Amino acid sequence: MATATATVKVVKTSTQTGDIIARWVVTLFAASLLAMAILLVYELVIGSADARAKLGIWRFLVSTRWNPVTEDFGAAPFVYGTVVTSVLALLISVPFGLGAAIFLSELAPARISNALTFVIELLAAIPSVIYGLLAIFTLVPLMRLYIEPFLKRTLGFLPLFQGTIYGVGFLTAGMVLAIMTVPFIISVSRESLLAVPRDQREAALALGATKWETTWQIVVPYAKLGILGSIFLGLARALGETMAVTMVIGNDPSIHASLLAPGYSIAAVIANEFSEAGGKIHPAALVELALVLFCLTILINGFARLMIMATTSKGSKRP
Amino acid sequence: MNRLSWRKLVNGVMLTLTGVCTVVTISVLFVILGCLLYFGAHSLNWNFFTRLPLPPGEEGGGLANAIVGSLQIVGLAALIGIPIGFLAGVYLAEYEDRHFASVVRYVADLLNGVPSIVVGILAWTLIVLPMKTQSGLAGSVALAFMLIPIVTRQTEQFLREVPLALREGALALGASKWRMIATVAVPAGSKGILTGMILGVARISGESAPLLFTALNNQYWGGLREPTASLPVMIYKLATSPYDDWNRQAWAAGLVLITLVLLANIAARLVLARGVSVPRG
Repeated sequence: MATATATVKVVKTSTQTGDIIARWVVTLFAASLLAMAILLVYELVIGSADARAKLGIWRFLVSTRWNPVTEDFGAAPFVYGTVVTSVLALLISVPFGLGAAIFLSELAPARISNALTFVIELLAAIPSVIYGLLAIFTLVPLMRLYIEPFLKRTLGFLPLFQGTIYGVGFLTAGMVLAIMTVPFIISVSRESLLAVPRDQREAALALGATKWETTWQIVVPYAKLGILGSIFLGLARALGETMAVTMVIGNDPSIHASLLAPGYSIAAVIANEFSEAGGKIHPAALVELALVLFCLTILINGFARLMIMATTSKGSKRP
Repeated sequence: MNRLSWRKLVNGVMLTLTGVCTVVTISVLFVILGCLLYFGAHSLNWNFFTRLPLPPGEEGGGLANAIVGSLQIVGLAALIGIPIGFLAGVYLAEYEDRHFASVVRYVADLLNGVPSIVVGILAWTLIVLPMKTQSGLAGSVALAFMLIPIVTRQTEQFLREVPLALREGALALGASKWRMIATVAVPAGSKGILTGMILGVARISGESAPLLFTALNNQYWGGLREPTASLPVMIYKLATSPYDDWNRQAWAAGLVLITLVLLANIAARLVLARGVSVPRG
């Protein structure tokens, strides 16, 4: 009897120690993610200290000069290029993405919808350098020979469509980004549309609304936070996209009103100059640009996640 | 035209337009695949897989070093990233402490959204600066940083799909918690977890931005301690070069890369489509 109790006790303590160790190990690995995030912010802030000390934060952000020789650096042309191309991308990809998401959630039968969503997810899996490769050899000549001359002829009275045609530039980069962001907008919007309760649709249809009126006036407003979230998610991806943009934006650090002109983006200048940056200030200025980009995407991503959480938890489709 | 037929017209037109949007988006994938096949297939030959790159003007070089380099860099990144991401995911799914877990989850999502080029800078300061040279190792670390949050979230998601009843059964039989996790929960969710890992590795294997200044590039065989060529970076260099022969090789390399990435994606999803290993409770 006494031995039996003793054995039970031993077993119990050993499982408890095992549990405690296991708990510590996994908690440690979970904490490593936090450590990674903190390390990332720390390195970006420390790495850019030299540039801040020499140029000042405000002057760095508004200056339009970028001259490695005189060590005079300004972020404005890159921030401008990043924002303009991303906004252009959304102007094209949001209508397309929302349209396709509506088709996939409201019209297509479940089997077809799932199959098409699978194809769209494959589109999201294509590496960005492949988009860049295709854009250089197919989209850029197309833009130079047909689309941009056409825009210049018809809309050339606007300052947006003036100047020399190169093929590369803000508009081309925006179009590539549009193609790259559409899959994300579709898959997240579709999820939020699917999370809208069935009764909402049935009630509208029973009142005599057409399918489109039901979708546009009832279903889409119900899912609007999730759709907005998908747009912000797409925006964050477009802002941080590097390779495809580097290959088609033209790499010219200046601000042009015309969308046909070549420009530059934050990610592109880091990709082009970081490995060859000499001295102390040039790399630090590039790291500071990375910090600006990091803050932009974190802000927008955090916003997007909150909105998506708000809608998908609201829906009652899943038990 | 009366009001009803106007409404029906709007209905028809708009619904057709949503279909058009879908068709256009889907056709982009086929245009991409078609272009890669059309421009890339005829440059694929035995030399491409077995020989080193040649200087411009000399025909017949290959990208053997970039293919091997990619395997090395991605392989090491998976070795570093998968265990860390997996264990962090186990924590999120099984040991949820209210505040800490939600902070980790949110941070994992944010890390997922950090631009890859910024991750490259982190690996550069951590590995390239102390080693004083770009190296395959630095590239692996950069890719591992990208892989960890992906694997974490996927592991968590699929562990959560394992029914609670299975866990309670194991605990009721007297298994300790970690034994329950190791012998019941993880095996039950293994298909999904594996899918997540394959998708994560497929995603990082196409990344070039974080490798640009960590692994750099190399015309010869690389290694973990020296600059190493990789397929995505090679595609970038070849595609932006002014030489026709190099551009042709870029297409061939693109075709190889996309074949690998898409095959991994399709395989992962087919594994998953067979269902979770246990019936839903």
